[in-house]
Amino acid sequence: MKKIIATTLACALLTSATAQAANVTLLNVSYDPTRELYKNINGAFAAQWKQKTGDNVTINMSHNGSGAQSRAIIDGLDADVATLALAYDIDAIADRAKLLPKDWQKRLPQGSTPYTSTIVFLVRKGNPWKVKDWPDLVKPGIHVVTPNPKTSGGARWSYLAAWAYAEKAPGGNKDKAKAFVANLYKHVPVLDTGARGATTTFAQRGIGDVLLSWENEAHLALEEAGGADKFQIVYPSNSILAEPPVALIDKNVGRHGTRKVAEAYLQFLYTKDAQEIEAKNFYRPRDQGVLKAHGADFPNIPLYTIDDVFGGWTKAQQVHFADGGVFDQIYKPGQ
Amino acid sequence: MPGFGFSLGFTLFYLSAIVLIPLAALIIRPWELGWSGFWTEITQPRVLAALKLSFGASAIAASINSVFGFIVAWVLVRYRFPGKRLIDALVDLPFALPTAVAGIALSALYANNGWIGGPLEKAGIKIAYTPYGVMVALVFIGMPFVVRTLQPVLADLHRDSEEASATLGATRFQTFRRVILPMLAPTLLTGTAMAFARAVGEYGSVIFIAGNLPMVSEITPLLIIIKLQEYDYAGAAAIGVVMLMVSFIFLLALNALQAWVSSRR
Repeated sequence: MKKIIATTLACALLTSATAQAANVTLLNVSYDPTRELYKNINGAFAAQWKQKTGDNVTINMSHNGSGAQSRAIIDGLDADVATLALAYDIDAIADRAKLLPKDWQKRLPQGSTPYTSTIVFLVRKGNPWKVKDWPDLVKPGIHVVTPNPKTSGGARWSYLAAWAYAEKAPGGNKDKAKAFVANLYKHVPVLDTGARGATTTFAQRGIGDVLLSWENEAHLALEEAGGADKFQIVYPSNSILAEPPVALIDKNVGRHGTRKVAEAYLQFLYTKDAQEIEAKNFYRPRDQGVLKAHGADFPNIPLYTIDDVFGGWTKAQQVHFADGGVFDQIYKPGQ
Repeated sequence: MPGFGFSLGFTLFYLSAIVLIPLAALIIRPWELGWSGFWTEITQPRVLAALKLSFGASAIAASINSVFGFIVAWVLVRYRFPGKRLIDALVDLPFALPTAVAGIALSALYANNGWIGGPLEKAGIKIAYTPYGVMVALVFIGMPFVVRTLQPVLADLHRDSEEASATLGATRFQTFRRVILPMLAPTLLTGTAMAFARAVGEYGSVIFIAGNLPMVSEITPLLIIIKLQEYDYAGAAAIGVVMLMVSFIFLLALNALQAWVSSRR
């Protein structure tokens, strides 16, 4: 009898011991250009988590267009955390599937965006069209490549950056901004569905004279073999502060029992180590010290925020990108 | 076989599970909009332009395939030559290749810095990022349907009737038009219909080469994706239903034509 009890206890101890050195899995559902970034982040976080708790954490990634990812989570993709291109796509998850509270953006510092980015111009080497600023994009005969704002998060930031420039320029107003953006899209020969597709069209297929691009994508294009011999980055006089937010998907982590590690993962994005990785991947870190250290990569140009110019994402989405919105009205190719 | 009752029962069950139930779900969805909402949705100029492009380009691509697919099938069945098996296997490649890969390869070829697109550009012809690009992609993915449906029938075709026709003094063209073509017409129509149906729904290969400009080179499946991105499920389903109905009418008409052609023989 004693033997039986002892064995049972030993077994129980053994199981609890193995339970302590647990293996945890997280699913991070992200947008297109973050592949390289999160590959590095995940390794660093797993090492740190192992040291802190002894647990092994594996982070699985899913990448696609931001809007498509948002829809996938709404339709049941089991994300523990969402790291998307714009706040509206996470708002949609809160509104439609109620998987997280509506005030999710207040739960982490800086509106839940640990890193930012902006929209820059990628031009061909030597800048043959002498593109310096936004008005140069509507020179007669110039071709601009940017994806469709209806399907691409990055393209929405590009559109809003162009609009913000025109509205805030001296003597600018909403009507002039609409005319400028309408004119700009007349110079777009190809509307790809995503940011990577547009980069390929511009870089590999040789279409267009200017690519409106995420700052990090533009740097990546230069880093690729031979990229620096073929392209150069032009910073316009101002652009938009693109804030790709991150959020915990409460209902899913509740079900998986992964809340603690998922929270730690998101907080890790704000640590100095992670900010360093983000800067190396050409995302603008929030940490001023790290930003300064990488100052050469991130020229200091005035950046408008979506709240200042457009009154937040919900409004911007409704006015500009919803069915029948400004984008649909101004977009009349072939005229 | 276990008999008619059982096998028909199973057929109905299988068709319901695989085809009818998903389609029913699609057909129920758009009525959230009401009839007038449905009508406004599908009569927007942009939707109409996309439908015209999708069905127009598919019809042209299927016609091209019906002619050249016929020639390929003819050569593969009637002649012996070295490398025949290799070419025969090549025909299936568009089936096997992921459509996105096909699209990227085609756009690389036909872009103005590509092998084919470069010389064409100099001649003033643009293929990639125009509606012609859509057609090129649809010809590519539709070709095996025509060849593979024709091949077995062509192989079974007896040469006696051709020889009879020749001995009765018909020219080769007359033999082809009055003897061979009528015998093959039903099969050719089937193959063409399949190529057409496949082309209408094609998404992956087309978006890479189309340019995707609204009103110009935007195919209907892309428009559906855009609607989904706007969380407009009902609108997306409305366009889907229209595609479904038009395709169904097209296929029904082709079937009727096929029946008529075979009965005339």
